[in-house]
Amino acid sequence: MLTPVEATALELSLRIGVWAVAGSLPAALALAYLLARGRFPGKALLAAFVNLPLVLPPVVTGYVLLLLFGRHGPIGAWLESWFGIVVAFRWTGAAIAAAVMGLPLTVRAIQLSLEAIEPGLEQAAAGLGAPPWAVFLTVTLPLALPGVLAGAFLGFAKSLGEFGATITFVSNIPGETQTLPIAIYSLLQVPGSDPAVLRLVLLSVAVSLGGVLAAELVAHRLKRRLAG
Amino acid sequence: MSLDVDFTLTLPGFRLEVRFIGTGGVTALFGRSGTGKTTLANVLAGHIRPDRGHIRLGERVLVDIEAGIFVPPHRRRIATVFQDGRLLPHLNVRANLLYGAWFNRAVDRQKLAEIVGLLGLEALLRRYPRHLSGGEKQRVAIGRALLAAPSLLVLDEPLASLDAARKAEILPYLETLRDRLNLPMIYVSHALDEVIRLADTLVLLEAGKVRAAGPIGEVMSRLDLGPGAGRADSGAVLAAAVETIDAGYGLATLVFPGGRMRVPADGLATGQTLRLHIPARDVAIARDRPEGLSILNALPVTIAEMTAVDAGAVELRLSLGPSLLVSRVTRLSAETLGLAPGQDVYALIKSIALDRAGGLI
Repeated sequence: MLTPVEATALELSLRIGVWAVAGSLPAALALAYLLARGRFPGKALLAAFVNLPLVLPPVVTGYVLLLLFGRHGPIGAWLESWFGIVVAFRWTGAAIAAAVMGLPLTVRAIQLSLEAIEPGLEQAAAGLGAPPWAVFLTVTLPLALPGVLAGAFLGFAKSLGEFGATITFVSNIPGETQTLPIAIYSLLQVPGSDPAVLRLVLLSVAVSLGGVLAAELVAHRLKRRLAG
Repeated sequence: MSLDVDFTLTLPGFRLEVRFIGTGGVTALFGRSGTGKTTLANVLAGHIRPDRGHIRLGERVLVDIEAGIFVPPHRRRIATVFQDGRLLPHLNVRANLLYGAWFNRAVDRQKLAEIVGLLGLEALLRRYPRHLSGGEKQRVAIGRALLAAPSLLVLDEPLASLDAARKAEILPYLETLRDRLNLPMIYVSHALDEVIRLADTLVLLEAGKVRAAGPIGEVMSRLDLGPGAGRADSGAVLAAAVETIDAGYGLATLVFPGGRMRVPADGLATGQTLRLHIPARDVAIARDRPEGLSILNALPVTIAEMTAVDAGAVELRLSLGPSLLVSRVTRLSAETLGLAPGQDVYALIKSIALDRAGGLI
């Protein structure tokens, strides 16, 4: 069975992943909708900005997060003075880092599925009396659901593997910010810990594989149900 | 309820200039592919904003660009049946039919049973669109549009993607709707036989402009509407009723404003109303009442108008009481017979197309 250290790292990784996805999904949906349907100046810039975490060195993203969300950063100071929330060096900060790193993947998956919806269906719904919000809830969202779920699972899987931005932003604190990959990295620094590292690596592979497989299964099922 | 349309729309490489008034019943927008019919349907539904002009439906102003009025699609109560059906794939037939009822309290759910019966959808209610045939999809799409309680039904080439058998399956339903529901309809089509069967008013579109608009009998008998209507198809359209049936000879006598005609009786019943299409090429002219002729229908008419259509052919507009017939003869015949407007002649009708399945089309 799992040692207490392994169990803590696993629980922390899963908790951070769930919160990262839950927190970023509404934003990802809004961004994907803007990018798929919007016509506004600066759209290319917004797309580039959303995809930035994909190409920036993770340590840069982590440092930017530290600047923004640190206790003296503009967002961090605001969060602390208004809500008493501190995210620096906490698991919540790790969730923010994971959300930002996973956002490009989630947005991309949702955007693709939005773009695949035949616009005629939305027009038909409007012609039957559905106001725009209802068209979105009863036509657009259900038809984009495979993409939304696939995006959520991808974001979750990405957060399980997140390392660079997280360790830069919230450091390596066992029980608070030490996720599976960071735990592996820490153990690697200790001589003679190879068997323990291998156990963590296998655990990490199993969890990630499970996430990706679940994404595939759900997307496949939904697609079959929506076909034609 | 009248539909008053007058607008201009400029798109890259295309300009649509439309003005017509539909006076209830079925108004057909007829023209070849690429004349702007579907764009016009989209403007009516509110998916495209015209550059100038207005659209009024009865008392309601839907669009008046100069006055800054543009009613969004979901408040127009104009339901469209598209060529490709556009059923919502994630909902079953019943949910598709009731989709409009979610947003409109005026929709009486009791009406579902009525429409389902009218369109023969009972067996399909629990199925999903992907398990329906093309014809079934179109019937569901028509039912869904009707159940949104529209004040105008737009049918945008609803039969164009169906084969002949499926067309024959849907057309009677459309006729039933026309005759039973008091709902104005716009019927967009490039198929003249459908238009003749269904339409009361015909709007002929050509290259983004209205070439002619008016009652179908009037527009179809006009001689100056060349390529748009399709020369070979020009002719008269008459509304007629079956007066008597002679079972011995298998003939029916049809009465129409201004005269009577006899046609094969198969499938017809006394009192039935139908529409006749008499192509110009199937009407010959005789100066005197013909004798010793196998043609049954020789009607006394007056030449109202003569137009040369090309070097070798002449078209005649023939009045018969309030009705109009069209005849196409060679210029040689016209000169030999000495035909001239105002002259009384006989129209010999070689064949008649009836507007019903199993008729003479």
